Amino acid sequence: MDQEELGKLEARCIQEQPPACVAACPVHVDARAMAAAIAEGDFASAAKIFKKSVPFPGIISRVCDQPCQAVCKRGEAGGAVAVRALEKACLAWAEGGMESGFLPPGKDKRVAVAGGGLSGLTAAFDLAKKGYSVEVFEKEARLGGSLFRFSREQLPEEVIAADLKALEKVGVTIRLSVRAGEDISLESMCSDFDAVYLAPGQQPAGGLGLGLDAAGRWVIDPFTLGTTNPKVFAGGSVRRPPGKRSPIESIADGRRAAVSIDRFLQKVSLTASRSGEGPYETRLFTNTEGIEPLPATPMSAGAAGYSKEEAVLEAKRCIRCQCLECVKVCEYLNSFKSYPKKYIRQIYNNLSIVMGHRHANKLINSCSLCGLCEEVCPEDLNMGLVCKKAREIMVDQGRMPPSPHDFPIRDMLFSNSEKCALARRQPGTSACRYLFFPGCQLSASAPDHVKKTYGFLCEELEGGVGLMLRCCGAPAEWSGRAELFSDTFSDIVAQWQEMDRPQIILACSTCYEVFKTHLPQASVISLWEVLDSSALPDVLGEGAVRGRALAVHDACSTRHEKHIQESVRNILRRLGFQIEELPLAGERTECCGYGGLMFFANRELARNVIGRRIRQSEADYVAYCAMCRDYLASGGKKTYHLLDLLFGSPPDGDAQRKGPGYTLRRENRARLKNALLEELWGEKPIGMEKYEKIRLRISDELRELLERRQILDSDIQQVIDFAEQSGTKLRSSRTNHFLAHWKPAAVTYWVEYAAAEGEFIVYNAYSHRMEVKEGAGP
Amino acid sequence: MKQKDATPAESEWLCSKCGLPLEIGKVDVGYLGSVFPVDLYRCSQCGQVFVPEDIAQGKMAEVEKLLEDK
Repeated sequence: MDQEELGKLEARCIQEQPPACVAACPVHVDARAMAAAIAEGDFASAAKIFKKSVPFPGIISRVCDQPCQAVCKRGEAGGAVAVRALEKACLAWAEGGMESGFLPPGKDKRVAVAGGGLSGLTAAFDLAKKGYSVEVFEKEARLGGSLFRFSREQLPEEVIAADLKALEKVGVTIRLSVRAGEDISLESMCSDFDAVYLAPGQQPAGGLGLGLDAAGRWVIDPFTLGTTNPKVFAGGSVRRPPGKRSPIESIADGRRAAVSIDRFLQKVSLTASRSGEGPYETRLFTNTEGIEPLPATPMSAGAAGYSKEEAVLEAKRCIRCQCLECVKVCEYLNSFKSYPKKYIRQIYNNLSIVMGHRHANKLINSCSLCGLCEEVCPEDLNMGLVCKKAREIMVDQGRMPPSPHDFPIRDMLFSNSEKCALARRQPGTSACRYLFFPGCQLSASAPDHVKKTYGFLCEELEGGVGLMLRCCGAPAEWSGRAELFSDTFSDIVAQWQEMDRPQIILACSTCYEVFKTHLPQASVISLWEVLDSSALPDVLGEGAVRGRALAVHDACSTRHEKHIQESVRNILRRLGFQIEELPLAGERTECCGYGGLMFFANRELARNVIGRRIRQSEADYVAYCAMCRDYLASGGKKTYHLLDLLFGSPPDGDAQRKGPGYTLRRENRARLKNALLEELWGEKPIGMEKYEKIRLRISDELRELLERRQILDSDIQQVIDFAEQSGTKLRSSRTNHFLAHWKPAAVTYWVEYAAAEGEFIVYNAYSHRMEVKEGAGP
Repeated sequence: MKQKDATPAESEWLCSKCGLPLEIGKVDVGYLGSVFPVDLYRCSQCGQVFVPEDIAQGKMAEVEKLLEDK
């Protein structure tokens, strides 16, 4: 990932875009932050936020024409937030003195401003604050221009006077009763001053000799407010159609002119990096669904404005516009307490770091890669793709920590070892029109279902149904091990070609996705589509009652496979079940916690994901992926596998069964292969390793601990085998138990045990990855 | 990483092969290219080392995590 790619990805997360009110405001008053402060009763901070953006807060808080109102998202639920009234309230109720103004050292350049209305005075104020010497020429005997058109009730003269005092403070010179173009010509202004801002309200007759358009109006560049004379800028009401005055736009013009004049006098570009000035449309998306409508807070004191309490109430109506669409639906994104824009930056930094702590490893490895974020993102940003890419880079750099993925990768290698992997044509036929690929997890979780389904397919389908038992390689792909994946998958492709390229029937949605992506030349079909188009076996699983509603948990890898989701629902309907749709279903379904190897990288998060998912409905669930079923059931939810309803519950229990542990999962796969080899193909089963014959006695309590520690019976058997063969073990003088260790690959396993009547009682086992250098020495 | 003083649970182990009680000694423990000398119980004759459960699941696991993220 390079800087450019990073920038593009970051830009797609819109959480940091300004809310609509701020973007629509010509001077970008941060109304959201102001309302947040008022809602906390902090009027002083609110006033500070407001004053930061406007030069004459008293005036503006009474006469602003509020372009924010039309775009306020609260407008969709009860009416726009009364921003101007809140501005007025924060000035009224702010406690504490005036902020001390800081003036930079004076500059030797002079600026003339013609027109003492809001626009001219804003330009004068901003330029004086930058250190320029500014003179304002006003044709009337007082400053304020069209401000006096407002009623005195709305805008008392004292408020105008108080606000305009700010001009004195910054040292602006005021020349009253001087009409530009008559009492002082533009030529003399241009020769006496370094730049001129014309804000006369109305264009003087004759146009002072500046270039005019076809309608006889000054030619003014809307971006810089420059005229045909490079020293002269013009703006304010003179730019608006007659009768369309806008106090806030006049201020914005004054501010824009001040920026242009400052740049002009500093001889830098008038146009570079100015896109944020003036009103624009924000890209921020804010979902108002489910927001309870609330009408605007009434003002009990009328024109005097909000009381403190009323202002707080009104400020609380602000919905604090933000996006967070993905964070709302994804426990992973939520659990790291920020949002994708920040995450992407953290991930980038993590990949770029040469020396130091890599804080984002867990962030990168915890994502399920399920793609729900992309579905809900207004800009289709997919954090899964970012995390997957990051994992690949980490593996490439040799920076992928071994512990998160080592165990599932070893499990994959076991599935693809001679002990479990199998590829055969249908017994008794050389034709192979179809190939059933049940997937490693169904074989591990419910081997009986694999047998029955294969039998059913052989009966139903003509032309020969081959069988391939193994893992599709998804764990390698998820963990960023591209090379390992490619090696694994090429074995499958070779065998598929050898079997005359049959159509592949997939029981696992992840396998389906892997085959569809990496073997596009193959015809693939989901088992559910096949079953949907045949007569159904229907040996209902234990406890399942026809007519009752089942909530369907769609596998996240079927997100864009509507036909699979439909087939599943058809089968359920044909079996006589009602279907309940979960709030997140179909293309918005969520992962069960297994995808992307989340469970192995962040067990606590995966448990929360499961917990959140199983609380979405009271109904029993039905899943059509072995891992989804086992994970949801591990949280205590009654969850059927769709095959439970077709072929009956497996021997180890009904929808409440927790699913086999790691050791049994491996044994199930190996036994399945041997059973099928013997029963269907009449072949000799694969022999056992010597250590596998060691019989262990393990209490239920210890079994649970071993599961959490990811220690398999075969690990324990190997330790005991080594210890008993070599005699290398410790003995307790207290209990006579033995303690021995063995390091078959990356992990060292320790086992405390005792021999008893042809078996070994296991008391404890633990492991570590750190390598201990042993051997005789001083 | 320093092993705490001998507790009954730790000093109860003998090397089964050599029949000798274990003694504290410096053992090199390494991970991902980093190596630290650590005080661990070991057999003074054959060098068999004892890593107690609390160290494997505690301090060692912490250091492993630290080194993996380094």
